[in-house]
Amino acid sequence: MKTAIQPDEMGFYGEFGGAFVPELLRPNIEELTRAFRTAQDDKSFQADYLSLLKDYVGRPTPLYYSSKLSDTHGCAIYLKREDLNHTGAHKINNTIGQILLAKSMGKQTIVAETGAGQHGVATATTCALMDMECIVFMGEVDMARQAPNVQRMEFLGAKVIPAKSGSRTLKDATNEAIRFWINHPDAYYLIGSVVGPHPYPEMVAYFQSIISEEIQSQLKEKTGSSSPTKVIACVGGGSNAAGAFYHFYENEDVELIAVEAAGKGLNSGESAATSILGTPGVLHGSMTLLMQDAYGQVTEPYSISAGLDYPGIGPLHAHSIQTGRTKSISVSDEQALSAAKNLSRNEGILPALESAHALAALEQIELSPSDIVVVNLSGRGDKDLSTYLQHSSK
Amino acid sequence: MNTFKKSHKQLSIFVTAGYPNLESLPEQLSLLEAKGVDFVEVGIPFSDPMADGPTIQKTSDIALKNGMNLDRLFDQLREYNSNLPVVLMGYLNPVLAYGIDRFLSLCKEVGVSSVILPDMSLEIYERFYQTTFHEYEITPCFLITPSTSTERIATIAKTCRNSFVYLVSSNATTGENISFGQDQKKRFERIRSACGETPLFMGFGIDSKEKVDFVHEVCDGAIIGSAYLKALEHGNEITFLESLQTHEQA
Repeated sequence: MKTAIQPDEMGFYGEFGGAFVPELLRPNIEELTRAFRTAQDDKSFQADYLSLLKDYVGRPTPLYYSSKLSDTHGCAIYLKREDLNHTGAHKINNTIGQILLAKSMGKQTIVAETGAGQHGVATATTCALMDMECIVFMGEVDMARQAPNVQRMEFLGAKVIPAKSGSRTLKDATNEAIRFWINHPDAYYLIGSVVGPHPYPEMVAYFQSIISEEIQSQLKEKTGSSSPTKVIACVGGGSNAAGAFYHFYENEDVELIAVEAAGKGLNSGESAATSILGTPGVLHGSMTLLMQDAYGQVTEPYSISAGLDYPGIGPLHAHSIQTGRTKSISVSDEQALSAAKNLSRNEGILPALESAHALAALEQIELSPSDIVVVNLSGRGDKDLSTYLQHSSK
Repeated sequence: MNTFKKSHKQLSIFVTAGYPNLESLPEQLSLLEAKGVDFVEVGIPFSDPMADGPTIQKTSDIALKNGMNLDRLFDQLREYNSNLPVVLMGYLNPVLAYGIDRFLSLCKEVGVSSVILPDMSLEIYERFYQTTFHEYEITPCFLITPSTSTERIATIAKTCRNSFVYLVSSNATTGENISFGQDQKKRFERIRSACGETPLFMGFGIDSKEKVDFVHEVCDGAIIGSAYLKALEHGNEITFLESLQTHEQA
């Protein structure tokens, strides 16, 4: 595996990224950076990682040609089926990579944050597999909203600790996980998205890059060309998008479309469209686009999808959107719900609410018959069934 | 000339601006000055204070709900006219949102002695903000920990020669319980010597006269935050300050 987009030596993608961490975390960050660089060049690490992805996670995930979506939109549409990974989402690609790394560093405790619980479940799963102690911080509000995932994590042996500070959601769970790491430098902090201080954005993107690597070879097999014309992925922090875009960043012929959650509308005050509503700022250790008030206090985003309501965005996305390489569009709750229903009824695939945002983007962009579009179906929708039922009865 | 002295057994107290009430800061400064505190660290409240323990987080939340912001903070500092040195401490984001030039020019105008932004590392400072700090003649203060290398301490001390070096007592967020022993004493002495002429203050987890006395044996001053805010919450801040007071005043 080769890294396609690299931040500078301080972790900056243009003006975004870096490691804005207190001195207390400096040794942890340095230790992690060294271990990650070693792992990147370590053939046996790579072999272990790929073998687990194949035999345990079930990779490669299919690249499915959707004839119905293709007919509807008048071009070729493929779905990258990350929903078929073990635990039901792309998150496990990263937890396998990072927990292998933690093992190589001699760590015994993994601490993670989770919003909807998908990263938490993937972490708890991988910790069970690799005999690691697992501590997951989750906002008290999210624990109530996503109770089945809390039970899943606990059944897998993880300790789930409610984050009771601030707005008691993902950003606060992240603060608590960072505080835990400050107080327990021997633990390994496993960030679930392409956010946080350098080297996390680079590292999470690297472990998710298997998605675009597979898209290339699968598309080559199916069409004779390894390049689609468009890749579409939803973005909260942006880990599935980073993975789906990764090997295409340097190929300007491939249009990269990041889909954010507009929530109830961009101007409704209840939105999570960070790249449109955000301004540059520092949160969780990196400079990025951030939803904040005039005094730099971070505001609570809203989306019907618990995986997209993060007030920031990965710094590589902030940079790529700002430079025009990635196009960002936003999709409302209603549009995402409708796309989820259509895919369920027409293809028999129940997508996660997050992934439904990427699907809904097909309605918003201009498509021509020569287009070959890949939509990254980042996760399955079982966790969202009650939301779907609630809204379809309306 | 440096406001912060070498070898003077100083005491500093941290208060969160806007806590417990929006207008509390001037009366707090007045009380702390009357009780002989050497300088005050004034916390700028932030929605996501990742290096702070529960006590400071809570005061930060309350201060924000009270409506504290940098405009009001500078107004209060401008109105409180005294010789008590003030150090502003906070996270980088509110400062950046306010505008680093505007922030530093107001710091200079109201006579702020130094600025501590824990998530602005030395490297980030040198790459992005040093020129602006120099322009307004404000020297920031940087944190070090007991595990920071001697070489790095010396570099930081050189950068902070017109302010001070802030030694975090242990690898922990603010307000965590700590204890001191002989081996720490040796380590702290090594750190102090690496600081050269730059004053060294210790904070995080200092909550009693006993700990202040220990700190004074190995550093130039002690900084108390969470313990004072807890006393303030319960209305016994005066008793708490008096309990610290038998230390030799410089």
